[in-house]
Amino acid sequence: MNEIQNLSRRVFIRNVGLASGGLILGCNYNLLANDIAVGSLTEFNPNLFVQLNSDGSLIIVASRSEMGNGVRTSLTSVVADEMEADWNKVSVKQAVGDAKYGDQNTDGSRSIVGFYETMRKMGAMTRMMLITAAAKKWQVNESECSAQNHFIIHTSGKKIGFGELVDVVTTLPVPANITYKDPKDFKYIGKNLKSIDVKDFANGSAVFGIDKRLPNMKVVAIARCPVAFGTVKSFDKTAAMKIKGVEDVIEFPRIEKPFGPLGGVAVIASNTWAAFKGKAALEIQWNYGKNEGYNSEKYMAELTERVHTAGKVEKETGDVNKAFGEAAKVVESTFQLPHLAHAPMEVPNAVAWVQGDSCEVWVPTQSPQDARDEVAAYLSTTVDKVTVNVTFLGGGFGRKSKPDYIVEAVMVSKTIKAPVQVVWTREDDIKHGYYHTVSAQYMKASLDAQGNVSGWLHRSAFPSIMSTFQPGTDYPAGWEAGSAADVPFEIKNFKVESGQAPAMVRIGWMRSVINILHGFSINVFADELAYAAKQDPLEFRLKLIGSDRIQDTKDSIKYDTARLKNVLKLAAKNANYSKPLPKGHAYGLAVHYSFYSYVASVVEVSMADDKVKVHNVYTVIDCGTAVNKNTITAQLEGAAVFGMSIAYYGKITANDGAIEQNSYSDYRMIRMNEAPKVHVEIVESTDRPTGVGEPGVPVIAPAIINAIFKLTGKRYYNLPLSDYDLV
Amino acid sequence: MTTLFINKKKHTIDVDPEMPLLWAIRDIIGLTGTKFGCGIGACGACKVLVDNVATYSCLTPVETVAGKNITTIEGTTENLQLLQKAWEEFNIPQCGYCQPGQLITAASLLNSNKNPSDTDIDDAMSGNICRCGTYQRIKSAIKHTAKLKNKH
Repeated sequence: MNEIQNLSRRVFIRNVGLASGGLILGCNYNLLANDIAVGSLTEFNPNLFVQLNSDGSLIIVASRSEMGNGVRTSLTSVVADEMEADWNKVSVKQAVGDAKYGDQNTDGSRSIVGFYETMRKMGAMTRMMLITAAAKKWQVNESECSAQNHFIIHTSGKKIGFGELVDVVTTLPVPANITYKDPKDFKYIGKNLKSIDVKDFANGSAVFGIDKRLPNMKVVAIARCPVAFGTVKSFDKTAAMKIKGVEDVIEFPRIEKPFGPLGGVAVIASNTWAAFKGKAALEIQWNYGKNEGYNSEKYMAELTERVHTAGKVEKETGDVNKAFGEAAKVVESTFQLPHLAHAPMEVPNAVAWVQGDSCEVWVPTQSPQDARDEVAAYLSTTVDKVTVNVTFLGGGFGRKSKPDYIVEAVMVSKTIKAPVQVVWTREDDIKHGYYHTVSAQYMKASLDAQGNVSGWLHRSAFPSIMSTFQPGTDYPAGWEAGSAADVPFEIKNFKVESGQAPAMVRIGWMRSVINILHGFSINVFADELAYAAKQDPLEFRLKLIGSDRIQDTKDSIKYDTARLKNVLKLAAKNANYSKPLPKGHAYGLAVHYSFYSYVASVVEVSMADDKVKVHNVYTVIDCGTAVNKNTITAQLEGAAVFGMSIAYYGKITANDGAIEQNSYSDYRMIRMNEAPKVHVEIVESTDRPTGVGEPGVPVIAPAIINAIFKLTGKRYYNLPLSDYDLV
Repeated sequence: MTTLFINKKKHTIDVDPEMPLLWAIRDIIGLTGTKFGCGIGACGACKVLVDNVATYSCLTPVETVAGKNITTIEGTTENLQLLQKAWEEFNIPQCGYCQPGQLITAASLLNSNKNPSDTDIDDAMSGNICRCGTYQRIKSAIKHTAKLKNKH
């Protein structure tokens, strides 16, 4: 049984309270030279992340959440590699939520971006100290010693295991200057390591949040208002109370915070089935509130109208109107993309136990520190009274960054003074999420006589994620608009605008976030322009990206157009893009930069009986240094399927303020019979490692649309394809 | 009282006879490898073998399977164990949550079809959703396992 456990408190003790070294993300790992790494005779903890035991076993801490991203393997393997540890002696401990680990919010594809160097340092520091310890033990010069696969080896040939050095190494100071391995000597980084948890996933012993059990734990299902932020008017619990196993029914108010529970009526039961049945038996009258009028179809019409008139200017160079006036050809298109729900396989759920002024939770969370802060705030206590144990997550995709469901469990536990598990039904998950936004976009471009793009106008209207944090926000945040503004096309006259869009449901971030909509429109529109210019889409796109240069994104990690073109060329090469396909098959392509990584996909699509079939997806990523190739490949295989679900079926709608979809039956996902073969290439690079989990998603839907156009001559600007009976 | 034979072990439980097998297994008997995904038979995360056939436990009232042989992911049938080994070898799971249901379904397929074609695999496995998108690895692992078995 491999339950992700609390890290034993003793592992941390020495480092608690050390000032942050001020390195990236403010993690307390930057021990000063005069700090002593204290340890007992049987264990050595040079830093927050490493515990070496005298039997040679090595525990490495995963501070970030495992939801399929492979982080429990990738980041820990970086430590092991720098340390020259034997991977077979490594076990991984999941950290509790604590600011001393630095940022633990596992979203934004930034675990490796943010912690690669930190983890190298943790490993390198430990290796150096083990070398010093061996030299001391042998009374030899350190330069005559080296680390190799869990041993320190002396030039004479004698060797000593890491574990046998624990007694000496714990008396040593932490080195002031860290020396790192030469990347050519890496033995785990850049290779194909299997998930350290693979066995537990395959035999069913991995403990997800929903699998956590406590003695005398009650199970809770909550009925929430169908309309976002509506409240309970009255309810009748008579029928619910008659159900065997139902013990109580209690109303809870909404907490008006970004991550606050929606409130509702909670059914407390002895098992999950009774809780679900009890919830279904409740009779509740609601005050629907101000969002009752939300009709997503009507709203889409309003958004569309808005993008057909001038908006707020986000970026402008040259004069697009002049370019349009002088153009040989002008192309205009309007795009409509619906709300999406994350729908991770494991529904939101949380176990909480409030005892006195303390609280412990066991939760599948992407953001354990947010959870800790929210729970402490709810209990009007300090974070040191709150322990957030992080379980495995059965998918997250951004949903489990928001700890509303965790605070729900805490509310109930506090009220009934018992350990509880709140479990959402799938319907709850679909109907009460933090939805990916809904958008209308208008694009207009001009071509000169040579078929070059002379002007580009991109106008988007969509409720901003910021509306969740600052209610009333009805224009995009700078970073949201930026994903349209930073498009790396060499166009003289260029303008990006935003339209007003108030939020009528909770808006959140979902795997690849704003890139879902902008990656779609930009890639589809660029393809449309290629045909308007009577040029091949690949050649046209490479020309549109233009010269090799650094695109100005005001970010410290540089956006290099040469790398963008390279992934596109490689994807085309891998697909044999220039060779003819079987009759009735066609290629579509898309390329996009997000989370600091460059991704292109070429998809092979056919149409039979007016139905789309995606046969092959050729994806190439340049994510700088590849830490675990197996994980990267898996993430891109998965991103292709995730992107296809968006393209085929992704649509959440609202009527009278209530979400109309219910479950996987009417909010469908790609299944095996629809899944393509995904062929992944990872560009060899020694650049800084960048994001992997998300950047594979945005290219898939537009590439499919572009292939369909090539096959049928018909361009689809709106998703999903199920609306057109094409899937 | 309902008597269930799960992984060759007898359990006598006192529950609402309509309680789905899923919740009897997870909440009453305490085997948590079998997962809740949707409760309506749309995702396959809950599948268990009932007399060697993959069955949506979320739709199966306990009274209907009393006395039958039930195998969960914690069980040890030959096909299940061979597939689990292949799942490790092909490093299939990402988040891992749907994989018990995938493995049970694959085991059911191999119980009835020694040499499944790609279409057979698609047909058998398309009741199971993997939101992480591990389908192509699952397909490879099933083919590999069938081949391995047929060699002996």
